[in-house]
Amino acid sequence: MSFTQIFQSLVGGLLIGGVYSLVAIGLTIIYGVLKIVNFAHGDFLMLAMYLAFFSYTLLNIDPYLMAFVALPLFFVFGVFIYKLIIQPIVEKGEEHIQILLTMGLAWVLQNIVLYFFGPDYRSLRLPYGDITLSIGDVYFSLTKIIACGGAVICTLLVHLLFKKTKLGKAIRAAAQEPWAAYMVGINVKRIYYISFAIGICCVSIAGFLVIPFFYTSPLAGAQFTLIAFVVVVLGGLGSFAGALICGFLVGLVEGIGSAFLPGSYQELVVFSVFILILLFKPSGIFVRNNG
Amino acid sequence: MYEIMGKRNRTNLFAILILGVILALLPLGIRKEFLISIFINIFLYAYLGQCWNILGGYAGYLSLGHTVFFGIGAYASSILFCSFGINPWLGMLSGAILAMLVGIVISYLSFRYGLRGIYFAMITLAFGVIFRVIFTNSEFLGGAQGVLIPLKAPSIAQFQFDGKLGFFYIGLLLVLMSLVITWFISRQKFGYNLLAIKDNEKASEALGIHTNRYKLLATCLSASLTALGGSFYAQYLMYISPETVFSLNLSIEIVLVVIVGGMGTLFGPVLGAFVLIPIGELTRALLKEGAMGMHVIVYGIILIIFCLLLPNGLIPTVQTLFRSRLVKDA
Amino acid sequence: MLKIENVSKRFGGIQAIREVSAYLKEGEVVGLIGPNGAGKTTLFNLISGFIKPDQGTIDFENRNITGLKPYKICRLGMTRTFQIVEPFKHLTVFENILVGALNKFDKYDVAADRVKEVIDLVGLARVYQRYGMDLNIVESKKLEIAKALSVQPRLLLLDEIMAGLNPTEVKQVTDLIMNLNKENISFLVIEHNMRAIMEISVRIIVLNYGEKIFEGFPSDIMHNKAVVDAYLGDETDA
Repeated sequence: MSFTQIFQSLVGGLLIGGVYSLVAIGLTIIYGVLKIVNFAHGDFLMLAMYLAFFSYTLLNIDPYLMAFVALPLFFVFGVFIYKLIIQPIVEKGEEHIQILLTMGLAWVLQNIVLYFFGPDYRSLRLPYGDITLSIGDVYFSLTKIIACGGAVICTLLVHLLFKKTKLGKAIRAAAQEPWAAYMVGINVKRIYYISFAIGICCVSIAGFLVIPFFYTSPLAGAQFTLIAFVVVVLGGLGSFAGALICGFLVGLVEGIGSAFLPGSYQELVVFSVFILILLFKPSGIFVRNNG
Repeated sequence: MYEIMGKRNRTNLFAILILGVILALLPLGIRKEFLISIFINIFLYAYLGQCWNILGGYAGYLSLGHTVFFGIGAYASSILFCSFGINPWLGMLSGAILAMLVGIVISYLSFRYGLRGIYFAMITLAFGVIFRVIFTNSEFLGGAQGVLIPLKAPSIAQFQFDGKLGFFYIGLLLVLMSLVITWFISRQKFGYNLLAIKDNEKASEALGIHTNRYKLLATCLSASLTALGGSFYAQYLMYISPETVFSLNLSIEIVLVVIVGGMGTLFGPVLGAFVLIPIGELTRALLKEGAMGMHVIVYGIILIIFCLLLPNGLIPTVQTLFRSRLVKDA
Repeated sequence: MLKIENVSKRFGGIQAIREVSAYLKEGEVVGLIGPNGAGKTTLFNLISGFIKPDQGTIDFENRNITGLKPYKICRLGMTRTFQIVEPFKHLTVFENILVGALNKFDKYDVAADRVKEVIDLVGLARVYQRYGMDLNIVESKKLEIAKALSVQPRLLLLDEIMAGLNPTEVKQVTDLIMNLNKENISFLVIEHNMRAIMEISVRIIVLNYGEKIFEGFPSDIMHNKAVVDAYLGDETDA
């Protein structure tokens, strides 16, 4: 195993880690504001991938372009799902009911896709899909770079949204102290569905970023859900910065795993680390208070 | 003056017996093998639900990784049989012991580090994934292809049968056994301690309950019993693979069965299985060819509906309706 | 009976309890008061085993119980109630009390007898069949005491048991405490209800900012400057 190969894996891991961060941030927003663990998170990514796939193969629309078109669509879809399913159990309902509810949603989403499109893996062959850039002996796939870059840009945009805009401040207020926010006139109910929709948008964009180099299948999203959970627990449930950093970290660990271990053992590494964190530092390795 | 409260309810035991007799007589009326296999499926899920219920419904620790114990049971009996010729019944027993040991490890770690609620759910989930990955990548355990159990001379001693009837009765026996075990623990110190732990763990400690020990015991019981179900499944289908026996979906289906019927109740999981499995089978039957995934959609919708409207499950909801009428009259 | 020596506990940057020493003789009812945040419940947590002290020792009936787990301490004869009263919601009143009794007595019949005894003592006979989640606040509080009594403690730690009760109900509770005290059950009581605690306590300990600032007879409390300052806030401080 040469140094270049190892380095290659590490970089590949880091690049995909950027996407993990974006997905995790979507999850963090939903958990931070609604206190709900969204087990169906990755399945929205899967839906986005399918949308990208079909719009390219049937209508020849480039997935990156489609992302912009689909963004409002996914926003509305997020609001719809929220109002239909999530709203009744926000702030009420025991924890395990929330978990099972979103798992039920995951099942429904996965199997609707399975029913209509079958279990086959699908992938896109984009004209620029094979382009690689190289520094010395190390090769970087262009689409992966775009994915990482796009993810980071989106993360920054979300960050700006939260820090600088009135809406963002309202969301942060509602996340920390819903009653206080309500008292000062913030429409907390509106904040809730907006936040959920934003979280869904984050993970959907990730789908568009990832389709150029990932296979999609009905179960493709579930992988991302689990990874997002590892990232979020690692970074501290509810911590924005934690999700960002740990997304890259997990990607890196995956990269290391794939470099040295055969088969899907990298999953093992990731989840073993996950278990260790759960045991020893469930509040996340950065121990932050509020995201 | 006080009605006898808290002592084991003999009526329930009687009910279990009656249920057993009725179900045992069923095959006399049913000829179609297809229907028998549906019942076997119901029995399997009812049984697994009952096992899960001990830790989840009674003690309140909701595991999303019970597939681990199921898979250990399935693989233990299968590998011991295929590679070493050990009788599947003995293999089943070893599976139960192995699963219990794994359960002890997982629980000890979780409880020692104070994992509860969602964190506990997640750690069990993570273990499920880990086991799947390990078994998928272990060639000497069959790898991703799984293990095919060869059909030798069908006999009850070999845990292999001609046709489904044998499995029907063993499945029924398992369900009855799990019911009796649950009945046994429910109205005595063990069961009450678990329920107390579920409702208020701190108060339980203050009342002299060694909570960690009881949680561990519940896990051991739940894990070892679940493993028996895994062995049963292996012998029934004659084929197992990491994807089918270490499956997150299976973990959730087990929980679903209990949620529908009612967590922490005696008959909840059985009722849940009797409701859920036929619905799934009906869906599959109605759609025939294009049924791929549709029955899971139905399961998902049921899960969502129950979470939103009937989070306590069928039995407790009915009980509450009766109770509120009682309180109003009082 | 209970001896607390130089106990301290720190949480992160806050010294919650600082070198507190106290004692309780068998048969006494001792009050523990202090402004909010003084560390009273923390002290209870330390005594009953839910938290370990950083330093100091706690002895109960001449046995060192420092650092023992709550269930062990309960079996030695001391138990406590909780500030936020939460009965076992899904169990009936009878079963709520039965839990403790079964753990103490093992045999159902003996335990059931104890439960009936306790129900009569506390006055919950009318609602013995009601589920924990259907009780009102007075009933819940009584149940909380009943649960504690089910294990036949010799020392009972009560944490703000009278919070939220009206004067009649408070009288019921104080009467109950005095009656139980006659049966040789000792009490350490955290309370904000000044009148009640003055009435029942033979001695009062005052905590502020984690330190014991006064200990003495109820009649002396009112006149002690340190105590008054603690509650009203020292206005001469710049």
